[in-house]
Amino acid sequence: MLVATNVHKTFFPGSVNEKKALQGVDLTLNDGDFATVIGSNGAGKSTFLNAVAGVFPIDAGKIEIDGVDITKMPEHVRARYIGRVFQDPMKGTAAGMMIEENLAMAARRGKRPGLKWSSNSDQTEKFQKLLAELELGLENRMTAHVGLLSGGQRQAVTLLMATLVRPQLLLLDEHTAALDPKTAEKVLRLTEKIVTGEKLTTLMITHNMRDALRYGNRLLMMHEGRIVVDVSGEEKKSLSVPDLLKLFEKNAGTVSDATLLSS
Amino acid sequence: MIDLLIPTVAQGLLWALMAIGVYLTFRVLDVADLSVEGTFPLGAAVAATALSAGWGITAAFVLATIAGALGGVVTGLLTTKLKIPALLAGILTMIGLYSVNLHVMGKANVSLLRVDTVFTFFTDSLGMTDDMAALVVGLIAVVSVGLILYWFFGTELGTSLRATGFNPQMARAQGINTDTMVVLGLLISNALVALTGAFVAQSNGFADVGMGVGTIVIGLASVIIGEVLFGSRSFKNCLISVILGSIVYRLVIAVVLQMGMPPNDLKLFTAVLVAIALSLPLIRSKIAERKARA
Repeated sequence: MLVATNVHKTFFPGSVNEKKALQGVDLTLNDGDFATVIGSNGAGKSTFLNAVAGVFPIDAGKIEIDGVDITKMPEHVRARYIGRVFQDPMKGTAAGMMIEENLAMAARRGKRPGLKWSSNSDQTEKFQKLLAELELGLENRMTAHVGLLSGGQRQAVTLLMATLVRPQLLLLDEHTAALDPKTAEKVLRLTEKIVTGEKLTTLMITHNMRDALRYGNRLLMMHEGRIVVDVSGEEKKSLSVPDLLKLFEKNAGTVSDATLLSS
Repeated sequence: MIDLLIPTVAQGLLWALMAIGVYLTFRVLDVADLSVEGTFPLGAAVAATALSAGWGITAAFVLATIAGALGGVVTGLLTTKLKIPALLAGILTMIGLYSVNLHVMGKANVSLLRVDTVFTFFTDSLGMTDDMAALVVGLIAVVSVGLILYWFFGTELGTSLRATGFNPQMARAQGINTDTMVVLGLLISNALVALTGAFVAQSNGFADVGMGVGTIVIGLASVIIGEVLFGSRSFKNCLISVILGSIVYRLVIAVVLQMGMPPNDLKLFTAVLVAIALSLPLIRSKIAERKARA
């Protein structure tokens, strides 16, 4: 469960480049909520996710996960509660290390690394089973360097890494944006399978309105650093893409080209 | 020429420890660490001073290693806590250590002429020749350090360190304290470099405050030559390549000096060698391009 209260963040305050990225974001995500987040460029979607993940400190407000106030925690300490998949397939894994090594690290997320040997046969067997479920043939390439994998395969591995230790919150930042449509589809189906199967509380940013409607039980629209639309359940199911476009225009005044062209 | 082979290989082995230290920061952590120019003579100074004062060989090595580790920690804290860019942080440490080294030795150099060193242990007690002693010491040092490092970088901590070098953002997302990893990496690297300084001081018979100049280039030369000639497919492969690269570098230097190059030109030669080795991938692809077009 995520509770964000009055989150503010301004970049380069007082200078010519000042950008008020978050201007009072209030959000309560209940356990098991799978919320998609849409909004025009610069609306603050990625900034909000990064603020929750702890990439930078916020100027004002509070962020709590399952009752724990994480507002002042550094990024690597918050990682105990949060699983993340980045937009750039290169960012979620260590390219020069083997798949097995990456997964071993993910299995230790939140725990202090000690002097025990990183790999062991029980763990490797478990990884093989999980990789086989991805249906990408990766279970036979566990000693391959991640850098050899395609973007879609890397995102799938990153997704697996983010959920290997059950995260209290899963943050997906346009994680299929850099993939071709067919692979994006595959990764999204995989995402849905994992999120609904494990009942993970999830925030997924997407520019694709169809995906925003199709996945998840809740839809959030951000504009100029605030959440302006929040629909869930039946109301969300009844929305269509043209409805969303109307909502966009009503709340944002414009619709970005990326959003128009991807729906 | 052949009688130069053993001492040259021995030198290559001893200096390989420093090359491994440079490899750990330059390649694994992806940080350009110039503190080695200060921690190398620091190790030499501490060891030579300890030996001259009669504290024994073990104490000399242990103290030298700890001193180097501390030097690495200083650079690490400067860059992680004070956010000084790593390159500058290393330079600051290197400069500061010049004065520290003078304090440690009390003067600009310390002679080990009539002092027991790890080498005299092998020559006097075990009756080996100087060359054999150097080779044996070099082999023992490199094999033990190599095994320890190979084990360490397969542990959870070592894997976290490597991940920090490859992708710090991802490492943090997996809960790794990347600041701590950077400091740890610099600690280990400089400890190795200072240990090398301790060996080299005993091998040369003296420690001098200026003996650190050019350390980083010698280290880089060994790393790059090793990668180009022996590959860099896995961590184990890289460790072996660096050690072999250090030996090859010393062999090349020995040959070139035998052929009559003035010793003063050694550093220029090394710099040119590293420049060529670094541009080999580019040269190779240009040759391939020409062939394809023809």
